[in-house]
Amino acid sequence: MESTRKWAGASALTVTLLLSACGGGGPGSSGGDFTGDKLVLAVLNDQSGIYKDASGPNSVKAVKMAVADFRAKYGDKAVVQEIEVTSTDHQNKPDIANTKASELYERGGADVILDVPTSSAALAVANQAKNHKKLFLDVSAATTALTGAQCNKYTFQWAYNTYLLANGTGTTVTRDGGKKWTILFPDYEFGQNMTKSFTDAVTKAGGTVQETIPTPFPNENFATFLTKAGSSNPDVIGTMHAGGDLINLVKQFNESGLKDKGVELAVGLMLINDIHSLGVEQFAGTLFTDPWYWNMDAEARAWADRFLAETGARPSFEHAGNYSAALQYLEAVQAVGTDDADAVVANLEGKKVNDVFLRNGEIRAKDHSVVHDANLARVKKPADVKEAWDYEEIVTKIPAAEGFPPAEASGCSMKP
Amino acid sequence: MSALLQYAVQGLAAGSFYALAALGLAVIFGVLGVVNFAHGAFYMLGAVATAVLLDTLDLTLWWSLLVVPVLMFLFGVVVERLLVQWLLRLDPLYNLLLTFGLTLVLVELVKQQYGVSGLPYRLPSGLQGRIDLAGVVLPRYQLFVLFFSIALCVLVWLMMTRTRIGMIVRAATEKPELARALGINVGRWVTPVFGFGVALAGLAGVLAAPFRAITADMGNNFAIILFAVVVIGGLGSIVGAVVAGFLVGLVEAFGQAYAPTFAQILIFVLMALVILIRPAGLFGRQEATT
Repeated sequence: MESTRKWAGASALTVTLLLSACGGGGPGSSGGDFTGDKLVLAVLNDQSGIYKDASGPNSVKAVKMAVADFRAKYGDKAVVQEIEVTSTDHQNKPDIANTKASELYERGGADVILDVPTSSAALAVANQAKNHKKLFLDVSAATTALTGAQCNKYTFQWAYNTYLLANGTGTTVTRDGGKKWTILFPDYEFGQNMTKSFTDAVTKAGGTVQETIPTPFPNENFATFLTKAGSSNPDVIGTMHAGGDLINLVKQFNESGLKDKGVELAVGLMLINDIHSLGVEQFAGTLFTDPWYWNMDAEARAWADRFLAETGARPSFEHAGNYSAALQYLEAVQAVGTDDADAVVANLEGKKVNDVFLRNGEIRAKDHSVVHDANLARVKKPADVKEAWDYEEIVTKIPAAEGFPPAEASGCSMKP
Repeated sequence: MSALLQYAVQGLAAGSFYALAALGLAVIFGVLGVVNFAHGAFYMLGAVATAVLLDTLDLTLWWSLLVVPVLMFLFGVVVERLLVQWLLRLDPLYNLLLTFGLTLVLVELVKQQYGVSGLPYRLPSGLQGRIDLAGVVLPRYQLFVLFFSIALCVLVWLMMTRTRIGMIVRAATEKPELARALGINVGRWVTPVFGFGVALAGLAGVLAAPFRAITADMGNNFAIILFAVVVIGGLGSIVGAVVAGFLVGLVEAFGQAYAPTFAQILIFVLMALVILIRPAGLFGRQEATT
């Protein structure tokens, strides 16, 4: 309360103005430390397209769970009582994401934008965050540019990036004997970024990438791409596809007979929803990096049970990431007593965090990458599946320091 | 050499989907003069129905190959009676817009009902595995799709050329005024032909279920290529649709093998060339343009 009063004093004029603008304000309202007297958490993501199941409406529910937990924890002591969660569809299009982000910050009263899958869309939102000096906690986009060349003071990358995926899967598979790689990738920002990260990781681990083959996006027919990829006799075919393209490719890989010839399939990015929709037998044995798995320990499982009750599905790592980002944001607001972005950033920077999603987490000040322990997972065989959504076996933990690039190498410089 | 053969068979297998679906599109355009934009959505519904039937009633692929086309035929009849017929007398643009709108509605309904990540589907064990033909390794299922659709195309062709119904449909397709003048009731065939075209799209969807992602969006990209196929083959030409379907499959496969970045663009380059050299398509009636 002490700090609250100080803030209130410092901005007395604003308070008066705001109160008169709002027609007086309610009794006990803590007033002007919060623009519009409330906190607005805006989830901007894919509500209808290919990433709808992986994040989409259930990410909004995860954020609402975080708000509920925050309220339950602080009750009357919370520095802000009115917290609103809004949801906006960006249709995975950078231009729409750009306009929507600007609208949310300017007219929607958004204090923070969360989630934003699709790298190009996330980069557009990061730019808006910088211009408006408001927070953007990215969860679902993977490009390293967010915490590298295009980083800024108001943008944080909460869950993962292409470097983590490549280092987890690429390095481990290569060390385990998959020396010769051929990589198939969808020809756009994410695919290119992934291919670069994987090539670096494989090469560093002592392997070679013989060939990288771009494919159109979206694409249904991968038969000949796969034959061509198999013709150079690789140990591993790496696929950087996501969503429907990934399912097409895996189905056709299983058909192609490459598996019988001893070619392994390594998947760059896979979410539990992909396994759920295609069925475990199609993916059985596939190695991939999962930043968080709902059944990885008791704490994750307990939260996943609540999520299941709320949504009818088990959470993907992106759902858990959104919960964590929202919760830590609210904690930071509680600590500084205002929604002022600079104060919240200062509180978040360098913080060590452990929650449902983050294990040994650290919100790095240097590049705003939120680093934490991740997992290398293997898809279970159908016979080993014990319950619905029980699809993954954790092969090894990837410590934060190994999974994420060192801050010095990020290429990020935060100009104010 | 064996690689070339492999690419060729893969191309033909991919082409069989285009051929079957384009055949339906061509028949509908021929008899109704409707550019059916919803064809991709009907293909998607065929695949979704296949997955749902397996999940709920345990119907295997063999049954789906029979049941789904019948269901899709009935669905086509309903769509024609309920919607398409009212616009037949107007500019073709109206039905193009109608079917485009119908696509959006169907895709969104499937998304609402089944989500966007897609539905699982397992191949019947009899069609799993591969066949080694003198060094060319081919998935059994691809060969099955290839032969099945060739057989079906031949069957449709026989029906069109050898039976009375086929002759009437062809007459109605090619010279509707003349057919009417000869006392043929063209209007009577409109509804069943639309249903038949929709059934063919649905059948392509059934065949796609085991080795394509079954999602609400699966028809979107497919429909675009399908229109390229029909333009290449010649609007309304039945033989043209089939030949162009396989041709586009081959172009796609060899494109993937030798110029991966351009695999899909090549199809449209081919389409552009055909339009420049033979505006009515490879098998289209040239006088149609004059």
